[in-house]
Amino acid sequence: MADPMKIRATLQGDVADVRVLMAHPMETGQRKQGGQVVPLHFIQSITATLNGKQVFSADISQAISRNPVFAFKVKGAKAGDEIAVTWKDNKGETRTDKTTVRGGS
Amino acid sequence: MRHALLLGLAAAVAAGVPWTQASAQMDDPVAAEFDKFREVLEKDNPAELWEVKGEQLWTTPGGPKKASLEKCDLGLGPGVVKGAYAQMPRYFADVDRVMDAEARIVHCMITLQGYELDKLDDKPFSSATHTPDPVSITTYVAAQSAGMKLAPPQNHPKEKAAYAIGKEIFHYRAGSYDFSCASCHGVDGQRIRTQPLPNFTKPEQAIRSVQGWPGYRMTGGVMHTLQWRLTDCYRQQRFPEPGYTSETLSALLTYLTVNASGQVYKGPGIKR
Amino acid sequence: MKLTTLAILAGGTVLLASCATGTGDPRAEALAMMDRDFHARGIASKDRLKEDAVMAACNKYNDNPPADVVARLQKEQLATIRYPADGKLLGDWKAGEKVAQNGRGMAWSDKGGVGGSCYNCHQIGPATTSFGTVGPSLYQFAKMRGFGTDIQRYAYGKIYNSKAFNLCSQMPRFGHVQALTEQQMKDITALLMDPASPVNQ
Repeated sequence: MADPMKIRATLQGDVADVRVLMAHPMETGQRKQGGQVVPLHFIQSITATLNGKQVFSADISQAISRNPVFAFKVKGAKAGDEIAVTWKDNKGETRTDKTTVRGGS
Repeated sequence: MRHALLLGLAAAVAAGVPWTQASAQMDDPVAAEFDKFREVLEKDNPAELWEVKGEQLWTTPGGPKKASLEKCDLGLGPGVVKGAYAQMPRYFADVDRVMDAEARIVHCMITLQGYELDKLDDKPFSSATHTPDPVSITTYVAAQSAGMKLAPPQNHPKEKAAYAIGKEIFHYRAGSYDFSCASCHGVDGQRIRTQPLPNFTKPEQAIRSVQGWPGYRMTGGVMHTLQWRLTDCYRQQRFPEPGYTSETLSALLTYLTVNASGQVYKGPGIKR
Repeated sequence: MKLTTLAILAGGTVLLASCATGTGDPRAEALAMMDRDFHARGIASKDRLKEDAVMAACNKYNDNPPADVVARLQKEQLATIRYPADGKLLGDWKAGEKVAQNGRGMAWSDKGGVGGSCYNCHQIGPATTSFGTVGPSLYQFAKMRGFGTDIQRYAYGKIYNSKAFNLCSQMPRFGHVQALTEQQMKDITALLMDPASPVNQ
């Protein structure tokens, strides 16, 4: 099973600054280990919802670092709203984690 | 209308940064650039992924005995995690020896959860594809001491002895190349290639042996603890291998941490 | 009478034992602890943990043994140096540069192919700016000291066994421990001594 993400969502005015750390090997299919090529293994799509409604989606490639960080802003969020982030990778694995929007500065 | 603004995708962080190509005369500017780079990364330090995982491993029943680690005594009483890392290594009466944080965590995994040492120390260090559980748990425990002053106790005779023995081990020269820890870390202002070498015998520099560990190493994108750091130093010293969580490593960590005593530990960090 | 002697002997034994395991001498306890805790891995055998007479003196006296000990041991170390049988001390400085750059070898992760690790600690050729500062700069080594045979012999001997010249030097004994081959040591000597080497420009 995939390891948990670390999600932070902090309000600045009515905009939530969302930062997501994902645990993923993001294998490029070009790295070798013991003479063998390590097969492609990377996150293909990321979606985020605010209280269940999709606010963000992205298709990405293997050109992203291992254990990547994603940051985006969601307008119109309030303290206590729920942000959920889901990723899916090319092996069909998926993981969803949630956090609550916190009041910021 | 609600809409998301996509600000930026992750940067390829680990690959191809030519630090080692840096000019020696440029040593300080290079170090300064790296510090800036680290500052940016510390806001989203991947080490937090292992904190989250380690917390889960600490609180969730596991191992043959299906027990959590919430009764593990890290020196401040069963289950007390906050501040424990900053006050280790310390003496534990139940094992009659000084233990550093990872040694104690492994001890708890054996006694409380029923794991076998042979399995835990077979491949104790992280690879690109696998992080052993004690590494994640140590990262979680260390994070609960972030912002606290290092205060490893020196009260019990065995704590004092561990410091004295650790000092001897630190200065012990042997191996194919006659190196000790002090060969690289016993003099001010030296470098190996472009890598600055802090002098761990001095309190103000000794903090650098502890700070940033456990650390996310950008080289390879893996999480490592001080057990790994010291073991890999011995590899570079051309020594045989010290036992995982052995008294030797706890004594060395006692020497280093006591030298850094009183300085603020910032929690898990980022390393090159 | 005999009984008393026995009792004293027994007491002596107890004392010795407590030195190694109890609250005695930290150095003795450190040695016993390391002996318990280290194990062989790959090419790094456990006997590497032992200190030879030189390291024992350096460890015991914090790298500053008494003069008579230094004189005796340096003489012994000098006698270990085997100069090339063909009498030629200079090899190929270009090959020497490669050996000097290579920091691998002798660790448990290594299989073979030992380098001199010279740039790890020394400034040598002007083209490499990523040099360490643990040892002195060797740039313009012969230009400053002279190109004669005596300096060649010193350079070769220092690489072979640094402890013959400075007992507690931090430099490895590359020939003495058979890390480098005779040819590699000749090549590094050429890097330092050859008038054509960039070191001496």
